Amino acid sequence: MANYKMNDNDVVVIIGSGAGGGTLANELCQQGVGVVLLEAGKRQSTKSFVNNEWESFGQLAWLEPRTTSGSWRVAKDFSGLPAWICKTVGGSTVHWAGASLRLQEHEFHTKTEYGDIDGANLLDWPISLKDLEPYYARAEDKMGVTRTNDIPGLPGNNNFKVMYAGATKLGYKHCHTGRMAINSRPRDGRASCLQLGFCFQGCKTGAKWSTLYTEIPEAEATGKLDLRPESYVLQIQHDKSGKVNGVLYADANGEQHLQKARAVCVAGNSIETPRLLLNSASSMYADGMANSSGQVGQNYMRHMTGSVYATFDKPVSMWRGTTMAGIISDESVHDTKRGFAGGYEMETVSLGLPFMAAFLDPGAWGSKFTEAMDNYRNMAGMWLVGEDLPQESNAVTLHSEQKDQHGMPVPDVHFDDHPNDIAMREHAYQQGSAVYDAVGANKTYRVPPYPSTHNLGTCRMSKYAKDGVCNKYGQTHDIKNLFISDGSQFTTSAAENPTLTIVSLAIRQAEYIAKQLSSKAI
Amino acid sequence: MLENKLTRRDFIKSSGGAVIIGTLATSSVAISMLAPSNTWALELSKLDENTGKMILHVTRHIFPHKTLDDAVYALVVKDLDAAASADESVYKLLQNGITELNNSAGGDWMVLDTNKQFSLVEAMAGSDFFEKIRSTSIVSLYNNDMAWAHFGYEGPAWSKGGYINRGFQDLDWLPEPPDAASPLKA
Ligand SMILES: Cc1cc2nc3c(=O)[nH]c(=O)nc-3n(C[C@H](O)[C@H](O)[C@H](O)COP(=O)(O)OP(=O)(O)OC[C@H]3O[C@@H](n4cnc5c(N)ncnc54)[C@H](O)[C@@H]3O)c2cc1C
Ligand code: SF4
Repeated sequence: MANYKMNDNDVVVIIGSGAGGGTLANELCQQGVGVVLLEAGKRQSTKSFVNNEWESFGQLAWLEPRTTSGSWRVAKDFSGLPAWICKTVGGSTVHWAGASLRLQEHEFHTKTEYGDIDGANLLDWPISLKDLEPYYARAEDKMGVTRTNDIPGLPGNNNFKVMYAGATKLGYKHCHTGRMAINSRPRDGRASCLQLGFCFQGCKTGAKWSTLYTEIPEAEATGKLDLRPESYVLQIQHDKSGKVNGVLYADANGEQHLQKARAVCVAGNSIETPRLLLNSASSMYADGMANSSGQVGQNYMRHMTGSVYATFDKPVSMWRGTTMAGIISDESVHDTKRGFAGGYEMETVSLGLPFMAAFLDPGAWGSKFTEAMDNYRNMAGMWLVGEDLPQESNAVTLHSEQKDQHGMPVPDVHFDDHPNDIAMREHAYQQGSAVYDAVGANKTYRVPPYPSTHNLGTCRMSKYAKDGVCNKYGQTHDIKNLFISDGSQFTTSAAENPTLTIVSLAIRQAEYIAKQLSSKAI
Repeated sequence: MLENKLTRRDFIKSSGGAVIIGTLATSSVAISMLAPSNTWALELSKLDENTGKMILHVTRHIFPHKTLDDAVYALVVKDLDAAASADESVYKLLQNGITELNNSAGGDWMVLDTNKQFSLVEAMAGSDFFEKIRSTSIVSLYNNDMAWAHFGYEGPAWSKGGYINRGFQDLDWLPEPPDAASPLKA
């Protein structure tokens, strides 16, 4: 592991060690680039993870103050917790479930494919599926995605059996145990899945890919990585020419340091990334860094989501085994006959008893609620995840008064569902319920969105500088040595879980940055 | 291991202070397997016995699991008692709520029949008092070994080797999916 000096202005500084930042760090180190990786959270390990939902949440989740506004239900149910993401080395790849899907071709060109939709700020990505295919292939290999690279699918658990039986009764054709970045066989020095069912709590076998125990140790082994946990970045700074030249961060004791940099890559997930750019406003960049388009923080997307749980006469024990290894993808097509643009996926999901109580119907009480909980053992569940449309007014902004412990304004996350999201959710609830009704459900429950696990779009990539924040390599239009390296880059959300795409973009970006560095373009 | 934990954490022996004592219902089979004895006692550090008992009953009305033992509801009281000890405003909130409930009952809410009790609790829905109990319960009631045993949730799996050989595929009332959709385990 390297140990760079604060005034070493030859290093690339990466902010955030999750899917985007952790991957980028490794890919740059492999190419001989020196990297300082600043991560706000602590470093945990497969040993320190705990099989207990609330305890694990306290260990891993990002719990810094945030506010919410808008008409989305999350603002009412979880007003201080708009997103369920991590503050730890490895970022949300410690929490994630591992579902790893490629985007579909049409999803890169929604403005063209869907046409103008009222209230939606649609834009085509500046890249197509073709551009990304080679990187998807590398990401799938790196992450060990099942059903790619001759890796067998995971064995289905009880929750999957219910989904599969219902799906086939309904006539769905595309249902299997998913493309999961979870080892179904030992691979890459990591064990295979023991079906613990605590995928959201950090995988204790290491079967599930996480940058924490793949990318980061690989990067450390090159001798090029200087990982600094508990380093909370407050601001990015720039020189007179406008190029970024360092970042200010607070260490575990609250002491501030200025790390110089040749280039800065921001991968703090889609709430912290724009917050940081906005908090880095200066006399030169009065509206925040890289914000000449005014789009920093805007077009916040969180996917159309919801869950359906159903109770049966007989036990399911859905908590046993991999949390999300089950998918129906028949509804992921774009078919406006259903009354909305874009599509959605249906994926198995389960919550333990403690989280089920918290999420089944937030704020609920009384006999309807307790009856559902009484049937916990006989419950099956699925998560619905689909494309939501970018809207300028859905935005991460700086709170006008509230500050965090370092004196930086906290982010407010504003979101209103687009009518398209509402129509899609209604359809998805109906189809999800139909899957379970087809195999004799006693009752089905429409569960509202959890705090956002997928956060996208707040520094979107665009062909033209006026439409977005960064170009097709994630390089900001305004500042050529400043990069966006996480899900904030997404021009539109697509229906699929985003992480495989975030990782693929990071691999692609690393190539680009290495070239730019060696040609002295930055 | 589990028994010791329960003895220490949940069935606190009296050493002065107010105490709520209960007996496990004979129907609480799953819980009785965890409990060191059939009687349990909860020592209160801040609330008085009557307030503690009333909160337990109010909680039963808010989350009416017919067969869930009082011993589990007592954990909500335990956490509220701790919150009241740590924060005087919580103490006042609870105390005032209990007073209000008794006043609305014309003296003693505990002596009313179940339906009347419920309608008075229902009338307080949305109040800070009600919300404090509801939001505490949503964690305390479902985040403990006894509740897990009652509802059939199996809790931590790592120490038991996961479910790979312990029934993750034991559902037998639906057809088995084909290998292409659900490959055999390694
Ligand atoms: C419960 C759950 C299940 C999920 N399941 C799936 C799934 O099955 N498939 C899928 O594709 N996706 C899934 N996701 C989403 C996935 O985790 C994210 O898409 C992905 O991790 C995002 O990558 P990122 O690099 O943008 O951010 P993250 O992985 O969240 O990393 C951001 C990191 O930046 C750090 N950071 C932020 N601000 C600062 C700062 N100012 N200074 C220093 N460090 C900072 C954070 O602490 C964090 O570690 C899931 C998420 C959750 C929570
Ligand atoms: S079910 Fe598999 S992937 Fe999930 S936590 Fe357990 S071992 Fe890891």
